This record gives sequence, C-alpha cells and structure tokens, in this order.
Amino acid sequence: MQSSSINRRKFLQLSGLTGTGFLLGLTKSGFAGQAVTAFKNIDAAYAFTPLINIDSSGQITIFNTRPEIGQGTFQSVPSLIAEELEVSLDQVVIKQTGGEKIFGNTQWVGGSSSVRESYTALRKVGASAREMLVKAASENWAVPASECYAEQGKIFHRPTGKSFTYGQLAEKASKYEVPKEPVLKDPKDFKLLGKPTPRPDVPPKSSGEAVFGIDAVLPGMVYASVERSPVFGGKIISYDDTAAKLVKGVTGVYTCNRIIGTKKYEGVAVVAENYWAAVQGRKALKVKWDPGANASFNTKDYEQSLRNAAKKEGLPHKPIGDFDGAFASAPVKLEALYETPFVSHSPIEPMNCLASWHDTDKLDIWVSTQVPGDLKESVAKYYNIAEDNLKLNVTFNGGGFGRRLIHDFVYEAVDLSKKAGKPVKVIWSREDDTKQGPFRPPTFSAMKAGLSPDGKPLAFQHKVISPAIDAIMNPGFDPSKVDQTMVEGISDQKYEIPNIKNAFVYVAADIPMLWWRAVTSTTLAFSHECFIDEMAVKAKKDPLQYRLDMLTKESDSKNVLLKLKEVSGWDKPLPLGWGRGIAHHEFFAGLCGYVVEVSKKDKGVKLEKIFAVIDMGTVVNPDTVKAQVEGAAVMALTAAIKGGITFDKGQTVQSNFNNNPLVRINEIPEVQVHILTNGGPVIKGAGEPGLPTFAPALCNAVFAATGKRVRKLPFDIRNVV
Amino acid sequence: MPNYKLNVNEKSYTVDADQTMPLLWAIRDLVGLKGTKFGCGIAQCGACTLHVDGVPVRSCSYPVSAAAGKKITTIEGISEHVDHAIQKAWVELQVPQCGYCQSGQIMSAVALLKNKPKPTDADIDAAMQGNLCRCGTYQRIRKAIHRASELMA
Repeated sequence: MQSSSINRRKFLQLSGLTGTGFLLGLTKSGFAGQAVTAFKNIDAAYAFTPLINIDSSGQITIFNTRPEIGQGTFQSVPSLIAEELEVSLDQVVIKQTGGEKIFGNTQWVGGSSSVRESYTALRKVGASAREMLVKAASENWAVPASECYAEQGKIFHRPTGKSFTYGQLAEKASKYEVPKEPVLKDPKDFKLLGKPTPRPDVPPKSSGEAVFGIDAVLPGMVYASVERSPVFGGKIISYDDTAAKLVKGVTGVYTCNRIIGTKKYEGVAVVAENYWAAVQGRKALKVKWDPGANASFNTKDYEQSLRNAAKKEGLPHKPIGDFDGAFASAPVKLEALYETPFVSHSPIEPMNCLASWHDTDKLDIWVSTQVPGDLKESVAKYYNIAEDNLKLNVTFNGGGFGRRLIHDFVYEAVDLSKKAGKPVKVIWSREDDTKQGPFRPPTFSAMKAGLSPDGKPLAFQHKVISPAIDAIMNPGFDPSKVDQTMVEGISDQKYEIPNIKNAFVYVAADIPMLWWRAVTSTTLAFSHECFIDEMAVKAKKDPLQYRLDMLTKESDSKNVLLKLKEVSGWDKPLPLGWGRGIAHHEFFAGLCGYVVEVSKKDKGVKLEKIFAVIDMGTVVNPDTVKAQVEGAAVMALTAAIKGGITFDKGQTVQSNFNNNPLVRINEIPEVQVHILTNGGPVIKGAGEPGLPTFAPALCNAVFAATGKRVRKLPFDIRNVV
Repeated sequence: MPNYKLNVNEKSYTVDADQTMPLLWAIRDLVGLKGTKFGCGIAQCGACTLHVDGVPVRSCSYPVSAAAGKKITTIEGISEHVDHAIQKAWVELQVPQCGYCQSGQIMSAVALLKNKPKPTDADIDAAMQGNLCRCGTYQRIRKAIHRASELMA
C-alpha cells in the first residue's frame, strides 16, 4: 500500500489533479481499466491511461487527449465517455492533457482520426465507470443492481426514487474490479452521440475568453521577433545589432534555431519588453546571410523540371493488369498533364510559443499544438532533459490544418528562453508565416486513358510527379521507393478499370514542406476526378452516369454518388449558361463528394450552388461534421482560385494576405451538406474529406458551363474563357 | 516614451508606449486584454477589429496615439454574460470553429447591426468582407447575423 500511495501522489503531480476518489481509463493494450487502489507500477510502465476522475466533492473531470483546433474534439471526444457515464457536458470539467506519458499515445490530432480511433474504447471507459457506480449504490442500499440506473450524474433507485451523487459513490466504486465487458448503451437511447450537441468551447470563443497560445502570459516574460534567412537554408555570416539594441524596450539579441524534420534553419532574434518593440528592433537589425544552395530556386524552372520529369517511367504503385498493352491497342486515347502549386497553411493565429526555463533543467511551455505527445517527447530529448521536467500547457489552437503538427517555432522559443534567462514568447509575423513555410507541396499528374469505341475505360494511368514531404521530415527517406504520401488515394478509388498504371516520379526541392489538411489528396483528387470527367466527355456520356457505370458493385463511393445525384437534382435541367460538375474521392481520412453549379459571368464564372455528401458510417456530432465540410469547401476554394505560393531567387514571393489572399465571405455561396450514416462499424473521418473533391467538382462545372478545361491550379475564376 | 490615457470598455488605463505602437499591442501587452487578436498586422484579416468611438477599426494598423482619449470597446466590453444578441446567435448557430478570428468577426457584426438593424446578404458581405476566417465559418456568420437581427427586433 505504501508504494502504491507514493506512486499515486506522483501521478497526481503529473496530471495536475488535486484530489481523487475514482480514476478510470485505458490500458496500453486496448480497453481495460483500473481503480485507484490498483495503482501499482504506474510510473514504471505507464500502463494505464486515466481518463475519468470523480472526486468526493462530486467534480467529474474528463481528460481529453485530442487538442481542439476547430474540428470539435473538445466536444466529440469527451462526449464518448459522457454518454455512457450518463452526464451532460456542463456537469464535467474537460481537461486537455499536455503530452504526459501516462495519458498515452493518442495525444495528437491529424488524419481525421480522433473520433473514429476512440469511438468504442472511450464508450467502454464511460460504461465501466457507470457500472461500478451502479454497483456501489446498490450495495449501499442493499438492493439489486438491476433496480438502479444512472442519470445526470446520479445513481437512482427505481422503486423508491432515492439517489446518490457520483461523488458520494466514488470512493466505494474505486475498490471494485473493472468490468471486462461493460454493456454499452443502445444507440436509440443516446442523449449526446449522433445529436447536434452544442460545443462547450463555443461560448468562450464568442466572448474573447478562450485562451490560445498567443494569449499565454508569465510574470517577467519578454517577447521575441526572429529574423530568418530569406533564402531557405541560408546561414548567418554576421550580424550587426547596434541599432536594434538602441530601440527602446529591446533587452537582447540572440541566435536561435528552427528545426523541421532533418533541417535546421538559423535565426537572429530581437527580444524586448513588448512585442512591438521586438518588431521595431528587428527592423533595425542587420544580418548578412550566405544564401547557400537554394539561391537560384524559382517556381518557373522547378515547374519545368516537373514537366520534363513527367516523361520518365517512374516507380510503379499497385498496378492492375497490363496498362501498356491495353493503352497501345485502345482505339481511343486521351492524355493530359495536370498541375498544382505550393500553398500555405495560414492559420489566422500565427505561430507562437511561450517557453520558460527555470531551476536549471526545468522547462515550461505554453503553445497551440496538434501534437502534445510528440512535442513533449521531441523537445525534452533535444534539450536532453527528463520528460517529467517539461511541463507542457496546451491551449486552444487558432487553426491547425497540419501546420501545428511540427514544433519548429517551439525550438526557437526554448533556445531564446535559455539564452535570455527569462520566459520568452516568440510570435511570428504574418510575413514570417507566409514566407517561411512550410508549404503543401505541389503535384503534377500525367494522366492517360484508353477507351473502347463506345467509351468504356480499358486502361488508366495516374503518374504523380512531385517533391516529397518525407525528404524533409524523415531522415530515412529513400528516393528509390514510392513515397506513399505523395501517391495518396490514387490506388484507393473503386472504379472498375481492367488495366491501371499508377506511378511516382520524385523531383527534389529543398523547400520546407508539410502535410496540409487532407494532404496530397487535395491535389491528386483534382487531377484524378477531372480526368475521369475528360474520359466521360470523350465517351459522350453524362459524367455522373459514366462514374456509376464503373461502379457496378455496391460501395460507399457508389452510395455517395447516388446521394449527390438525388440532393443536387442532377437530372433537372439548369438555366442557360449554367454548368454543373461532380467529383468524389476516397482516401485515408474518409469519403466526400460534391456537385458544384456555376454560371457564366462576363469572362469567368460565378459559383451558384454547392452540394456535398460525406459518408461517415456513424456520426457523433452531425452539426460539427457539417461545419467541417462547410469550412473545407472554403479552404479548397482558396487553394483552387487564389494565388498559391511561388518562389524567385530562392525566396518566397508572397508575404501576407494582400498577395496571398484567402477567400472572403462574399466569394462563396452556402454549402449544403448531407451526411450518410449506415450505422456500420467503420467510422470515417470528418475534418479532411471535404477538401479534395471541391476543386475537381468546380473545375468540371467550369467545363460544363464554358467548355474550358482547367488543368492548372490556381485558376482565375473571373477570367476562364 | 509618452503616456497615453486609454478608455477601454469604460475603464481608464494609462499606458507607456511608443507613439507608433499599434493600438492592438497596447491593448494586448500593456492593458492586458487578450480577446483582441493579431492576425496579419496590415489590416487585411480583421482579427484585431475593435471599436473606437463606436466605429470598427483594425487595431493592428491604428496607432495608440490616435486612440488616446477616445472610447475604445473590445470584445470583452460588448456584454457582461456573453448575452449580446450577436453572441447569442453565435452560440445558437455554433459559428466558431477554431475561434481565433471570431472576436474580430463579432466586433464587425456588432457594428453592422448598430448601423443596419435588418441587413441584407449584400450588406453582410460588404460589412464582413474585411474579416478572414481560415476555418471557413462564413455561411454560419451570415445566418447568425440574420438571427441576431431577429433577436434584437
């Protein structure tokens, strides 16, 4: 008992809990649970992930391992526990975890994975706690457990109506064995799941009270603005900080490093009492850079090198049949090259981090991050401190979109706090964010198809020509192998085509690159689904029917297309000068399709109507899913029609929202979102699937309205013909 | 550095600031109100929108010296209990996603409804065009402004 209570105290320090009656969670190997009395070996193995704490005062805490970046995990994930525990969200405190080992390896958000990876396991955690509380009440009353039920944080005795609060039962319940197979609720009895449950983070986000990384404060903190090489990978030759140090409020000038994957980028930081002084000091700083090998990198030449490389055979990826033979003998042939640009993530909260070294080797960090687990582990390792010495405070993220999957800006703040001997908050300017990346990489796609005389597809090729995110992120990157991220989704489509050749051609670019919301599907679905449209046109078939003809077997893809046909009124004629386009795409994150309608307007087109169908299997919060698709359409429209990122003399040409614009409120009509739920065991993602198919549906609509085929993004929607 | 007297949400503050310091940083770093956000620094995104004498301004590009003596209202000053009609509509229609731009969106919307209690879609487009939302909450913003207009009627 003695050792167990010591371990428990240590855990309480780790998690920031102040008292406990009952803790329940998951073990590493999947579902299980343990009560506090069984807390042996907890420090040694971290075998147990506590997710619910009920203390004797009745406070119920649900630990949320999935940071909130706007995708709704602050509601959807705790609701999985709350539903089975029979509590409403306003009865619980939701606490974001900070990468502590004890909270396990789910402390990240990406890949639209949070709900679908947690759905059953977290419900079982809630159900186990409920069963243990019911048992405690029934023993207290000496009545059968079957006469007791849980509701609104209390256990009631049905025949008499008497009740105990969970707080009154917590201590007793914690002594029981955890049920191995707790009985889950029948979905027809759900109060939260499957319902448009309001998100608890919405009121504070409507009052200015929500705390983001940039809002964190510490006594005695200073602010930093960092000058980095305008050419990627440039090295400091020398710097003159005389004038910078004369700026009122400036307290120091120091170098720091920004780390992305295998790359280290140097910076010179001006540190000051307030952020504005740091910015003024930075303007007065003079740094001489050795630009290095990237000095002549430019978009025009790089794009030409991608076009040239399109002629290469490439590395094969999941071939089907004999493409070369079938294409050579096909009576009708089509070929096209599709091109997409680098784009920025541009969350509206710029990168920032508050870091504070204290007591020699202890480090506190406040930051908006998608990956608390990896951040804590990586940063502690880099600075050679024990993970327990790093206290990570994870705030709401002012947008993620993949940008906050890495910690480049965190290393800068941690370096600077060490050098300045104070808490330092680094804030990137919008210019820093736009110019320094990392960016979504471009892909070019060399498409080929061979058709029969009546238009049936006989052979299909999707060859991807691109740089690779992994070349930047992964020290083990091997250019002799297909980069799976860069061919994402092209072999996952359900179209029944007898001969398929997918391939990858790598063309290096030493530019910081990173996963962007929906990753490479955001460019590859454009080429894939626009080229399918070209095939339909060549075959003189309706583009939707042409797709359905290639989907004779039952599939979720087919269901999405049929639903789109229904909700968009696909068979009804459109007004003169209008056109509609369709696209769908299945990939790791899920499945969503669009019908987009446009009308001819002057030399361009106007967006008229947008219909989306997303396939979920099972939905936890339909309103959140709708919001995710509505927003994904906006982000996809920006990527389709706004400028993209270009380079000249090794430098990013764009700098801020004036020349790297985002879609504004007047530029997009309402997105009508329909959710497919068959209630099946496979749950699909919600955050990303709304992105990839918007651009191809739009461009297919542009073709239908104007006869102009868009094969290069971005395109000018006001000047199509 | 000069001292400026700022009247923020009907409270008086004295700040010691360089005269070129944008009002945004005076409010965030010197006054200590964090609801007003930094997004771009060049009045392109609207995250920093607050009211000076009732008029929405981009505080990232508005020098503190020009705000001295004027009546400044930030997101923290529009209601006591998140119960301004705009805020009620924002919650009812679950507008925010990440939420970072929403202080600015709300301040622009509050000013719009003050001038036009029953705005059309075109009025909303005109008044809200200066506020970017990377999460893409635009259609909910439009609906919520119409809803707030009903709530105020």
